[in-house]
Amino acid sequence: MSIICDHLNYIYSKGTSDEIHALRDVSFKIDDGEFVGLIGHTGSGKSTLVQHLNGLLRATSGHIYYNGEDIYDRDYDMRSLRGKVGLVFQYPEHQLFEETVFKDVCFGPKNLGLSQRDAELRSFAALKSVKLPDEYFDVSPFDLSGGQKRRAAIAGVLAMKPEVLVLDEPTAGLDPEGRDDILGLLRDLHEKENITIILVSHSMEDIADYAKRLIVMEKGSIFMDGRPKDIFMNIPELESIGLAAPQVTYIMRELEKRGFGVDVTATTIDEAADSIVRAVMRNSII
Amino acid sequence: MGIIEADNIAYEYLRRDEEGNVEAIVRAIDGVCLNIRKGEFVAILGGNGSGKSTLAKQINAILYPCEGTVTVDGKDTADEDKLWEIRQCAGMVFQNPDNQIIGSVVEEDVGFGPENMGIPTKEIRERVDEALKILGMYEYRKHSPMRLSGGQKQRVAIAGVVAMHPKCIIMDEPTAMLDPSGRKEVIRAARALNDVEKITIILITHYMEETIYADRIVVMDKGHVSMTGTPKEIFSRIDELKAIRLDVPQSTYLAYELRKRGLHLPDGILSDKELVTELCRSYATI
Repeated sequence: MSIICDHLNYIYSKGTSDEIHALRDVSFKIDDGEFVGLIGHTGSGKSTLVQHLNGLLRATSGHIYYNGEDIYDRDYDMRSLRGKVGLVFQYPEHQLFEETVFKDVCFGPKNLGLSQRDAELRSFAALKSVKLPDEYFDVSPFDLSGGQKRRAAIAGVLAMKPEVLVLDEPTAGLDPEGRDDILGLLRDLHEKENITIILVSHSMEDIADYAKRLIVMEKGSIFMDGRPKDIFMNIPELESIGLAAPQVTYIMRELEKRGFGVDVTATTIDEAADSIVRAVMRNSII
Repeated sequence: MGIIEADNIAYEYLRRDEEGNVEAIVRAIDGVCLNIRKGEFVAILGGNGSGKSTLAKQINAILYPCEGTVTVDGKDTADEDKLWEIRQCAGMVFQNPDNQIIGSVVEEDVGFGPENMGIPTKEIRERVDEALKILGMYEYRKHSPMRLSGGQKQRVAIAGVVAMHPKCIIMDEPTAMLDPSGRKEVIRAARALNDVEKITIILITHYMEETIYADRIVVMDKGHVSMTGTPKEIFSRIDELKAIRLDVPQSTYLAYELRKRGLHLPDGILSDKELVTELCRSYATI
């Protein structure tokens, strides 16, 4: 099972003076069970790309194959695709609207045509998996805190039982603990329920901690695609397109320059700390 | 006397049920005292729901306290006659630049504030040019704001405030939606406004790294001020910060992890540079 994008192009307002070529010849394959980070500066085409993945936007040219089937085929069931590829928009809590959290989460599965009972069962499971306490199920979603609202909104997408979960900056505006909660939830969904995760983020530190593969976008094209460790080695290229490496990577580079003999590919705090301690021990023995 | 003084203020939100009856009273701020000196750069940290945005809105009289008083440049915010003077003195920048930009040309947008204040046309022209130059956006004055990057849009929004010649600017998570380079641009602009233009800056953020240059950090928790001090003092209290959903800058956290692993490093390391210098001083072999 996989998602394949084959030479996608997308042009906004084609044929007018406001024409913007937002995706240019984008091709990649994402396999089942991957955890992919998607980065790029504002306006690089990330959000446009993710809206193609569940058919919200239709490519101007090119094809998308979901599990081997072309989603642009006339008899392809687009509605079931939207259930399988769940998209969590930026600030998803702005889309909460029902009287209670539980009703809000039920909205998606009911729209898929499930019975009331099945929709409720799924909603219950989804709210459990985002770890929203039971006492909040029957309160108005507007009375939740920022982090709780976001979890409720993610539960609304999870209740559709997606195989792929695409999230557009799910931690923007959350406090550090709220951010760790959401990212920890994604890691659980990925590891325990084997959901494929595609995470759009502006935080290089979060991406380095969680993603196993990175796709970097620039001006609507794929600029780099590879392991976070390899990609974060190319600091000048990343900076030239408005991005950066995680802060620890800069520290490791600087230490290496001063002759410390540390691992310059470290991208997380733990890796960096271990590597620095090893270097210090080695140096003190000599 | 400080430019902003909050004397033991409290603010309550009323929560209503469907019929409009008051269900509960939420005390968002409770017994807060704050004195900000002219020319200071103050960062406010706090988890979601800690009351920091509610506090910020007191400063330019979007909200006013139900107990205690707030004075801005000697004017009481509860005094309706002084409302416009207060708002002119204390400008505000919000999270999402797209919600703050109304003009279809950059310079028109920046001119909106002074125009509303009834400034003569010639002076508006001067103020707009000056503000755009300060924010490094002068060459974009004829552009459409829609085509700018996130960081550029946010700088235009700030220029719009600067053109009103405020003594103080409150920035409520101005970088939450920006990519790494956009974040850098905005923080650099905030520091320049403080250093060069001597404008008092109050910065609310969830990015700990952005606060290390502040003169003072105020930490909010559950509507109270729970800590206040220099970045060095605050970020030395890592366990207390974690307990109230906050974090420390990456360099500080790496230093903390290294200390846990037995290295000798001083408390209160804030930046990459400091960490590298300290490591070299204690452990470099050369």
